[in-house]
Amino acid sequence: MKNIIHASFERTRSRRAIWDKVMVYVLSLCAIGILFILFNVLTHLFIQGMASLNFDFFTHLPKPVGEKGGGMANAIAGTLTLLGLAICVGVPIGLGSGVYLSEYADLKFAHVVRFMADVMNGIPSIVYGIFAYIVCVLPMKSFSALSGGFALGIMMIPMITRTSEQFVRMVPPQLREAALALGVPKWRVTLDIVIPAALAGITTGVMVSLARVAGETAPLLFTAFGNHYWQRSLTEPIAALPLQVFSYAISPFDDWHRQAWAGAIVLILMVLMINGWAQFYVMRHNRWSSGK
Amino acid sequence: MDITRGSIQVKDLNFYYGAQHMLKNVSMTVEPNEIVAMIGPSGCGKSTLIRVFNRMNDLIPQTRVEGEVLVDGNNIYDKNVDVVSLRRKVGMVFQKSTPFPKSIFENIAYGLKIVGIKDFHILSETVEKSLRRAALWDEVKDHLGKSAMSLSGGQQQRLCIARAIAVDPDIILMDEPCSALDPIATARIEELMGTLKEEYTIVIVTHNMQQAARVSDKTAFLMHGKIIEFSKTTDFFTNPSNKITEDYITGRFG
Repeated sequence: MKNIIHASFERTRSRRAIWDKVMVYVLSLCAIGILFILFNVLTHLFIQGMASLNFDFFTHLPKPVGEKGGGMANAIAGTLTLLGLAICVGVPIGLGSGVYLSEYADLKFAHVVRFMADVMNGIPSIVYGIFAYIVCVLPMKSFSALSGGFALGIMMIPMITRTSEQFVRMVPPQLREAALALGVPKWRVTLDIVIPAALAGITTGVMVSLARVAGETAPLLFTAFGNHYWQRSLTEPIAALPLQVFSYAISPFDDWHRQAWAGAIVLILMVLMINGWAQFYVMRHNRWSSGK
Repeated sequence: MDITRGSIQVKDLNFYYGAQHMLKNVSMTVEPNEIVAMIGPSGCGKSTLIRVFNRMNDLIPQTRVEGEVLVDGNNIYDKNVDVVSLRRKVGMVFQKSTPFPKSIFENIAYGLKIVGIKDFHILSETVEKSLRRAALWDEVKDHLGKSAMSLSGGQQQRLCIARAIAVDPDIILMDEPCSALDPIATARIEELMGTLKEEYTIVIVTHNMQQAARVSDKTAFLMHGKIIEFSKTTDFFTNPSNKITEDYITGRFG
């Protein structure tokens, strides 16, 4: 019996070794695939858009068709404004509900809310746009920065809820016990101990959701609407990079196409910078915590 | 100072976790400025019992308490007892050291800030006093602003003790405070308990019988949720009155 097992083991040796290698190659090809796609998108983007990307692009308003030059300064500022508004809507509600789910909700209710958040995550972004159109634009009788920020903000809520719940839940229960044993009321424990302990994760979650909504076009079509000039107040239509890129890309003018490429580059760089800053912050925070 | 501060009296305590009967008719008295050690095999209920004293078990759903637990004569399971103020009177140090993700200074000042003390002078004075009393001051005095997470395991545990005494409790509960520490750090904490005893009542749960013998005035032996024997530590280890106690401390089981 022992001999049979041994012999069979020996016989399959080379086959096993081959499969072992094949699997490694297949998996690494998948990983390289990701890099390949990203690399291609970026090179294409830079080749097409680099020529239009100059100082004017960041400081000037769009020019009418046929006139050379011009930029997307208003759209860059608009996107930053919209993201700021979105943070004001998305972070308090998303973080609050995430903390509630982890710290206070009973399991059944938490399960239901978590499921709802996942459903919300799957809703096409244009639906959020229509929703914001109905609850914001119609009553205010105007497209506006506020309604655009609102649409992006509610898109962020389920993402932030899920990630912050997850990271708050990962805070060791002993830490909560230690604070409670010190005679600290529960709400202060949550605020002073639990949330700071989960801050790195929460920040990452917020940044990921911000990066996702930064490039959204559909929810802005019926809300922010776009604007070729500087907007004077938050209740007016506002320009946004994705909108500008979209309308320039579908135009018949070569000049505008080049500008659209440049707009896309700026959008990607903005997201990269936001993420890079967040990573840096998280890293510094962690380094301090571990005492290095 | 009122000399009765820091006493615990347990009368016919029964504790249930769901359908499980965790503590059965437990009665014991802890006098002020005494160190009481609780030993027993895993799952005997010693940790449950120590967590009764500051109502830490309230955090676990489906628990039920019958009987009385008097701290300085007041039943802590009365309806109108404020758990937060009970926990300020009865501090706790846990098995795993649990520094908050803050600086060393903030870790200790936190308990004071919570009750509204903002005066930096008072805060820093208390921080120094508590750290000195926990025998940690000399090691950390030059970097109070550093993260508490950067301390070693033994230092973290002493920080937790300093944090507990900073809010000036009467009783300190220690739930296996040395089980994650090396012998040198353990010796430091045991030494510390000797000096803390002058001001506080200490109840310690330990797996280590030598530790119980070294540090405590009285020792309680628990098994299956019952107190098998509770007596002066010297008698407990040299002349146990119960056969099971003798078997346990001589290492015949457990």
